[in-house]
Amino acid sequence: MSDRQYRLVTCTINGRERTAMVDVRASLADMLRGEYSLTSVKIGCEVGECGACAVMIDGECFNSCIYLAIWADGKHITTVEGLTKPDGSLSDLQQAFVDETAIQCGFCTPGFLIEAESILEKGRIYTDQELRKLLSGHLCRCTGYDNILRAVRKVMYTRNGLPVPEETKEQPVVIQPEDIQ
Amino acid sequence: MSVIGESVPRVDAYDKAAGRTKYVDDLCDPHALVAKVLHANVAHAYVKSIDTSKAKALPGVVGVYTCFDVPEQPFPTAGHPWSTEVEHQDVCDRHLLTRHVRYYGDDVAAVVAEDEVTAKRALKLIQVEYDVLPFVLDVQEAMKDGAPLLHKKYPHNILAHTTNYHGDVESAIKEPGLIRVEGWYDTPTVQHCHIENASCFAYMENGRITVCASTQIPHIVRRIVAQALGIDWGMVRIIKPYIGGGFGDKQDALYEPLCAWLSMQVGGRCVRLACTREETFENCRVRHAIRYHLISWVKPDGTLVARKAECFSNQGAYTSHGHGVNAKGMNSIPQLYPCPNVACDSYTVYTNRQPGGAMRGYGMPQVIFALESHTEDIARKLGLDSLAYRRKTLMPVGFVDGFSKNELYSDTFNEVLTVGEKAMDYENKHRLYENQTGRYRKGVGCAVFWYNTAVWPIALETSGCRMVLNQDGSPQVQVGETEIGQGADTAIAQMTADAVGVPLSKVHVISCQDTDVTPYGTGAYASRQTYVVGMAIRGCAEEFKRKILESAFEYTRMQPYLMDIRDGNIVRTTDNRVLMSLGEFALTRLYDREHNEHLTAEKSTQIKTNAYSFGCCFAQVEVDTKLCRVKVEKIVNVHDAGKIINPALARAQVQGGMSMGIGYALSECMLYDQKTGRLLNGNLLDYKLSTVMDHPHLEVHFVENPEPTSAFGTKSLGEPPVIPVAPAIRNAILNATGVALNALPMRPHQLYPAFKDAGLIEELPDENKEAQHV
Repeated sequence: MSDRQYRLVTCTINGRERTAMVDVRASLADMLRGEYSLTSVKIGCEVGECGACAVMIDGECFNSCIYLAIWADGKHITTVEGLTKPDGSLSDLQQAFVDETAIQCGFCTPGFLIEAESILEKGRIYTDQELRKLLSGHLCRCTGYDNILRAVRKVMYTRNGLPVPEETKEQPVVIQPEDIQ
Repeated sequence: MSVIGESVPRVDAYDKAAGRTKYVDDLCDPHALVAKVLHANVAHAYVKSIDTSKAKALPGVVGVYTCFDVPEQPFPTAGHPWSTEVEHQDVCDRHLLTRHVRYYGDDVAAVVAEDEVTAKRALKLIQVEYDVLPFVLDVQEAMKDGAPLLHKKYPHNILAHTTNYHGDVESAIKEPGLIRVEGWYDTPTVQHCHIENASCFAYMENGRITVCASTQIPHIVRRIVAQALGIDWGMVRIIKPYIGGGFGDKQDALYEPLCAWLSMQVGGRCVRLACTREETFENCRVRHAIRYHLISWVKPDGTLVARKAECFSNQGAYTSHGHGVNAKGMNSIPQLYPCPNVACDSYTVYTNRQPGGAMRGYGMPQVIFALESHTEDIARKLGLDSLAYRRKTLMPVGFVDGFSKNELYSDTFNEVLTVGEKAMDYENKHRLYENQTGRYRKGVGCAVFWYNTAVWPIALETSGCRMVLNQDGSPQVQVGETEIGQGADTAIAQMTADAVGVPLSKVHVISCQDTDVTPYGTGAYASRQTYVVGMAIRGCAEEFKRKILESAFEYTRMQPYLMDIRDGNIVRTTDNRVLMSLGEFALTRLYDREHNEHLTAEKSTQIKTNAYSFGCCFAQVEVDTKLCRVKVEKIVNVHDAGKIINPALARAQVQGGMSMGIGYALSECMLYDQKTGRLLNGNLLDYKLSTVMDHPHLEVHFVENPEPTSAFGTKSLGEPPVIPVAPAIRNAILNATGVALNALPMRPHQLYPAFKDAGLIEELPDENKEAQHV
């Protein structure tokens, strides 16, 4: 079509420099999914409300559905595919999501992982309330967020070389009727 | 040691953490044609004409189709097992595109184009002429004489009116000294908000139509697509990959039939029809708003003498799951609190709003809000302790429901209430928080529920399972029941490991369903899967083991009844000696030049039982009486879901339900413009879904009373967690403020007039009022 314009976009994606000709109207999410098959970038609302499409751009977390692909020129972009190590093993954060049952349908998971990674890279210890606020741009309908919060908190402590506080560990409580008084 | 009861990680967790899991949109050819639907911008009308000439002329448009082009035969959409008895079949009232617009957003035309931008542009070029009709949004209005009629066959818009009567209410209430408690309770329309929107793509292959869909019910959608298109059922193939949540919305045929038909119109080319978030809100299904009118007559000691209930369900424009949702709720009333004289009436009524379908809890979050609010009101009116009152009047041990034959086998209600009471310190706090003054007030509340497991005897219950022995001795398992995020595949793997006698790591669950190859199973709904597929797995595993051990005779010389499979080995049970590994057996047998055998077993299991699942919620709130805001400070759910297969996953499931329940209680509701019928807040910004900021830690406990009718002792858990949350929060607000709120969600808009009436806040001075308007 005559009104279509294309532009060459060169950026570093998960550590590799990549170039593609993209429609100037395309979002970064469109480019990552369409040009590079990075399907961990999930489309949930296309207006920046749900957070499922979050990617890291120069170390900061952005909703890629409302970030134009052409703005990514010259930037460093990380998706969840880039958190996974080359041998296929998971990062400590991804593994914590597995271990803490922070994943159910998995559709919001990539967005949470990217957001959490960008939080944790600050190298700080946050209170629960701060963590909740920092993660609040992501919607999850399956988990009630509890396990996600616990997974992020666990990695925050271990990365800072601190023991995970006892009270933040929790095991499911299955009670036998004879033990109820 | 059995893996049942172990918190093993999800079988799909690695791929999901690595971002590799493929959902519908990830599997579609990026160059597929794009379909977009034209939605009506009036709430009720006949389509007079549609001019598609401009749209068709747009370069890149492949086809434009209208309600005048689609097949004449109507079809049902509900994700119910089909019934061969005509009177039990779902109502057929949908067309792929409609000439009779029944809600704002109804589907009147569709475009197929080479790309999305072109498809969207083409939609704007379609000109529709409507014969606009008056519309009605409210149930009580819709039942009145002269109200706009949605479906000719249903006078007064009443889709169904059913009753549950026993005893004699009118005589019973003549007893002197009875106390009458009456209330109206309103529940809102809410949406499932699965983070993956509804999506599908369709193409033809070898003359048949394939639809890849984000659905909970592939085998049912296959039947519905065939019915809608008027083709043989075998001509349709449905593929269900991983899906990003469903919660009942995807227990309906959504756009799969239209997408299939559009592909057939364009020569079988691949057509993608993906809902936007706005379409998921406006054009998929919602939870029914149900209004309850409850009247109870009780003795001063609390004994229930008689009860009347009227339940009015807002069905919206089309039947979908229809009256079943309302009837289920109504019929739960005399089961939860048995009463000698009961008169219940339920009405499901069409209105010009989007159709209500299935949503987590299927009518129970609605009725339990009404009933547990009402129960609290009765206890309060009588001056009785509400927990003691519940213990006294709840379904007693040994109670059997005449219809489902469900039985309360254990002292479950007392057990879950004891655990919850202790976790919350409810009795002390409840006393402490009465009669507070000041701006911030705390309160505690509780609510109980029961829930069915599976759909028998209302509908068919069946589950299929196939096991294949690989050369390394690993069983490969295929079932018709679907993983939709809840963790079904992991439970299936654990149950298979247990039933066959192999380590969990050896079990390979084929996750995704394909109706061409998957055994028949009806899918994810009614919290049925672990219960019914457990029976299918157990039955299939028996067959599988029998075949293996009979064949193993050739290599071990031992009689089959002297052998068993344990931990991946064939063992002699008389002395527990390992005779050969299952891997060695499988390899030997498959390549045996004399007696080769590929060992498989397949079993279709019909289930003719159902099971009661129970639980309660305790909530603690802090109410800011001035700002009319409620903060949930602590919340505890206690469930008896029988044996818990995977405690960590079960807890996660409960927490998700509690989160949904908190949203239902405090913030979620769909708002409709009274002037146009249009949905006002169909997006994730204006529709207030709970974020991680909106709840405290979600505390979960399980009391384990294994269900006697269940192959693994399990019963329903998927839906129940959402059910008791809203009334527990409502009763906590009552404890804090003395104000009984009888409509959800309990957001400031509702609290302000109620608090003002109760004298908790003063009317704003006049100058402030003016200032506000400015």
